[in-house]
Amino acid sequence: MTKFIDLTLSGISDGAIYAAVALSLVLIWRATRIVNFAQGAMLMITTFIAYAVISSGASYVVGFVVALLSGLLLGAVIERVLIRRVEDAPPLNAVIVTLGLYTLLVAVAGMIWGNTPKSFPAAFSLQGYKVGGTRLLFTPNDTFIVLVVIGVALGLAVLFRFTTLGLQMRAAAFRPEVARLLGVRVGRMFTLGWAFAALAGSVAGVLVAPSVFLGPNSFDPILIGGFVAAVLGGLDSPPGAVVGGLVLGVALSYVAGYEGSSLVPLAGLLILVAVLMVRPTGMFSATKERRV
Amino acid sequence: MLVVEELTTDYGAVRALDNASFQVQEGTITAVLGANGAGKTTLLRTISGLVRPTCGKVHLDGESITRMPVEDIVRRGLAHVPEGRGVIGELTVAENLRLGGLFRHHEAMPLEEIYELFPRLEERRTQPASRLSGGERQMLSIGRALASRPRALLLDEPSLGLAPLLVAQIMGLIRKLADTLGLAVVLVEQNARSALSIADRGVVLNLGHVVADQAPAELAADERLRRAYLGF
Repeated sequence: MTKFIDLTLSGISDGAIYAAVALSLVLIWRATRIVNFAQGAMLMITTFIAYAVISSGASYVVGFVVALLSGLLLGAVIERVLIRRVEDAPPLNAVIVTLGLYTLLVAVAGMIWGNTPKSFPAAFSLQGYKVGGTRLLFTPNDTFIVLVVIGVALGLAVLFRFTTLGLQMRAAAFRPEVARLLGVRVGRMFTLGWAFAALAGSVAGVLVAPSVFLGPNSFDPILIGGFVAAVLGGLDSPPGAVVGGLVLGVALSYVAGYEGSSLVPLAGLLILVAVLMVRPTGMFSATKERRV
Repeated sequence: MLVVEELTTDYGAVRALDNASFQVQEGTITAVLGANGAGKTTLLRTISGLVRPTCGKVHLDGESITRMPVEDIVRRGLAHVPEGRGVIGELTVAENLRLGGLFRHHEAMPLEEIYELFPRLEERRTQPASRLSGGERQMLSIGRALASRPRALLLDEPSLGLAPLLVAQIMGLIRKLADTLGLAVVLVEQNARSALSIADRGVVLNLGHVVADQAPAELAADERLRRAYLGF
């Protein structure tokens, strides 16, 4: 029973990371109908920036804040400079651009910081909690991860639900032309959508870095997990991304705990295929009217 | 006052609007009539900046708004209710209405005033707009356009798909809005008869050309025009 609870808890922690990555993919998909394959590389860059800040002697908190701000900026700049040019082009153009951006960012990170993985500090202890003499997988740092991701998700929910900026961002995402006719600066909303998405991604990067080590390619598995989570929740739904992330995290944690961790990638893939076969629109996709 | 001067719009090699000119005074309604493909929707989309004209000019209250970004044209007091009732189905009725007046901040028309014009919308304010009926959607998109207190209003086929009784109601409402708010209204319609019943002026388009610009009574009396372009 302890094992089950422990696996559930550490699954929630892994799931929180997937949720944050899934959120970043969903926000971009909603805003600009683009699957951002460069997301893993973007959050890798912002995590390296945090690493550089922290190793220059600044505190963890400063490093974290710098990662978030550089995420916002990176997302906005990428949208303005690269994505704006392919938004009205065939979808394949955007796919190629984000793949190219991925390659570019990975190469740049390798040139600046080298390809040997570096250890990244954790906010709290990575030693599991002790319950009745057994040490759990679930650590104080996991608690921190879960709380931070909940905070980010709630923050985004409040932004979209209750602010006029969020209202404009939703309008621009759903019906760009109508939004423009109502005076919404749609281009600006797309830029902000990318900025907030990159922010969610950079949160995931800093949080997961202590357990994967930091290298140009270390976040690729996380991105795949985030992608599965996003599909699981329905690419269109931010709450779906969060739930999808948690469900995936817990499921993979059971697989790792009861069957062995070598089966985890296979299980992730199985879940993806199963979702695409049974409910390709995801768990949370609303059935909504679409223009014909 | 809305002035359209020699406006020409091309879609690639196709000339959708050819040298169209007319004026709309405040407090009056100009019905723009014509068959499918006559250029009516293109005319509205060019005026509101969604489509760039090849040449020609649009003035609103003496200021040129030609080739301005849509968002800026809207801020100068022009509201465009697009064809097919451009409500955002994923947002609630109240959110749609708020969105309409957002850029006017405190000067936007308060939602209560819009609800007074359209009591049905108040009953449904918390529902997603996708749940509304056709008539309610039309009210929502007109109410939303009014939220920004525009001086000119472009309406694209407000009667489309509505029952005759509703069409009469909507037309009556448009007349009332023009009179009470002093709006310059451009009303694009297939339903020529009901549009002319409330209009002060009728413009007939054919293949992008203005073939008539007359008082409604004269238009209705001209059998040749009626048969050729208006279908009644």
